[in-house]
Amino acid sequence: MTRLTGKVAIVTGASRGIGAGIATAMAAEGATVIGCDVLGFSAPALAATEALDVTDEDAWAQVVAKVLERTGRLDVLVNNAGITSPESVHESRLEEWRRVVSVNQTGVFFGMRAAIPAMEAGGGGAIINISSICGAAAVPGIAAYHAAKGAVRTMTKNAAITYARQGIRANAILPGWIQTPMTAGQSADVNDRFLDATPLGRPGTPSDVAGAAVFLASDESAFITGVDLPVDGGYLAA
Amino acid sequence: MRRLEGKVTIVTGATMGIGRAVAKAFAAEGAWVIAADIADQDRPGDQKIETRRLDVADEEAWASLAEEVMRRYGRVDVLVNAAGVIGYEPIHELTTAQWQRVLDVDQTGVYLGMRAVLPAMRERRAGSIINLSSAWGVVGGVGVAAYNAAKGAVGSMSRNAAVTYAREGIRVNAVVPGWIRTPLTDRQPADANERVIGATPAGHGGEPEDIAAGCVYLAGDDARFVTGTELVIDGGFLAV
Ligand SMILES: NC(=O)c1ccc[n+]([C@@H]2O[C@H](COP(=O)([O-])OP(=O)(O)OC[C@H]3O[C@@H](n4cnc5c(N)ncnc54)[C@H](O)[C@@H]3O)[C@@H](O)[C@H]2O)c1
Ligand SMILES: NC(=O)c1ccc[n+]([C@@H]2O[C@H](COP(=O)([O-])OP(=O)(O)OC[C@H]3O[C@@H](n4cnc5c(N)ncnc54)[C@H](O)[C@@H]3O)[C@@H](O)[C@H]2O)c1
Repeated sequence: MTRLTGKVAIVTGASRGIGAGIATAMAAEGATVIGCDVLGFSAPALAATEALDVTDEDAWAQVVAKVLERTGRLDVLVNNAGITSPESVHESRLEEWRRVVSVNQTGVFFGMRAAIPAMEAGGGGAIINISSICGAAAVPGIAAYHAAKGAVRTMTKNAAITYARQGIRANAILPGWIQTPMTAGQSADVNDRFLDATPLGRPGTPSDVAGAAVFLASDESAFITGVDLPVDGGYLAA
Repeated sequence: MRRLEGKVTIVTGATMGIGRAVAKAFAAEGAWVIAADIADQDRPGDQKIETRRLDVADEEAWASLAEEVMRRYGRVDVLVNAAGVIGYEPIHELTTAQWQRVLDVDQTGVYLGMRAVLPAMRERRAGSIINLSSAWGVVGGVGVAAYNAAKGAVGSMSRNAAVTYAREGIRVNAVVPGWIRTPLTDRQPADANERVIGATPAGHGGEPEDIAAGCVYLAGDDARFVTGTELVIDGGFLAV
């Protein structure tokens, strides 16, 4: 279990769900993992946990500075923190729209902007942004979520080609329907619709997504940049 | 036979470039066009086009425009969200204010436009919404970080609105232009333009009328079974 030995990784939204799955899997592969979340939490498997609201640009600067001070490097950034909101366009409020965009989209921008100089200084790095099948295909409702997840896919490709010569790779993971507190909070109706449309016929787990994140963080994927990796039980292929 | 006879259409970004060509093409096909823009517009010289001042990022301005169009025409058949701004900064040089400005116009503006016309379209159980994305909404460009983000959002917002309102007779599609000769690209450095045109299999850029023709198609009844898609008009740029 040494596929990430020597690498320092920041994972956002690490207190639960997919982020917790990714952070523990990366730690198990030997990475020094700093798990960040807006919720306070403790995770003994991780090197550290930090309070971070991804929409707060100053807090980002502080977290990255702290990581550099402690470890001298930053190799991996996983922008996983995310929220959803059920509203359709015609009934949605601008404030709610802004809230979802600021966490899921602007938060990813702030994370990349804070991490890129540190990665560049260290000769390279791997950025993994958690988009969604909703960034590529649509379901009814959750309008702002779709907007932000579509943005995350193109932002990832943008960062990939802008920073390729600096040795920084950027890729997006598009999870399908994954069992987490987020999906537990959705209506049974919505969840059933996703499951019905999943060819493998089961929900995914945070560790399914973590497997992809470890791969994209490791040197096994050294020639992979700018891609979308669905982890969706075949949802997008159908 | 005119293809958009009597269709009440709001076109944003209609002062110049693509939006202006869309407004003219729609009027020529018989539509009533409300040409909206934040910048001053010439007198259109076409009685089917009336101009309005609109900042697409201003939700109240959208509400009053929609209200006025409903009062005067009683319907909105088509919305073309063509207003847009670009920013060239790469992530590490992009300020939060620059990021926000591009998102406000290119992304939130599209959301606010759709939200403003949906009640009218839902009431009549008919409508066609056309959102201008970009090749940079599909693939990455070097620099242009905020623009890339916002245009990706436009693609997925369009699919989302398409599936949400499909049963109500409302179609929503995105148009994906490649390099088009407009005031926007005129302002870019020649070498940047040459690079994109050089990567365009057709060997030349497009004209605003090329995009307008795609919008006419998507607005009209020929496209009655077309929703949630991206119509690429790019001289082959994305195919290679
Ligand atoms: N669960 C799914 O089916 C699914 C599918 C596709 C994509 N995703 C994406 O995967 C990511 C994780 O989702 P999840 O299902 O584990 O969700 P979750 O709600 O279970 O966990 C999200 C975590 O992010 C944290 N968070 C929220 N706002 C934050 C902020 N402003 N700053 C810092 N942390 C914040 C939360 O505290 C929480 O710990 C999200 O980006 C989500 O959109 C999930
Ligand atoms: N020209 C291209 O090569 C190209 C390629 C891909 C996509 N596009 C997209 O097509 C659309 C039109 O582009 P263009 O090349 O004609 O640009 P342009 O700069 O020539 O014209 C854009 C118009 O939008 C208006 N506008 C800007 N901000 C506004 C606001 N807040 N509210 C209302 N109006 C506003 C401007 O005043 C102008 O009239 C944009 O969405 C652009 O991103 C253009």
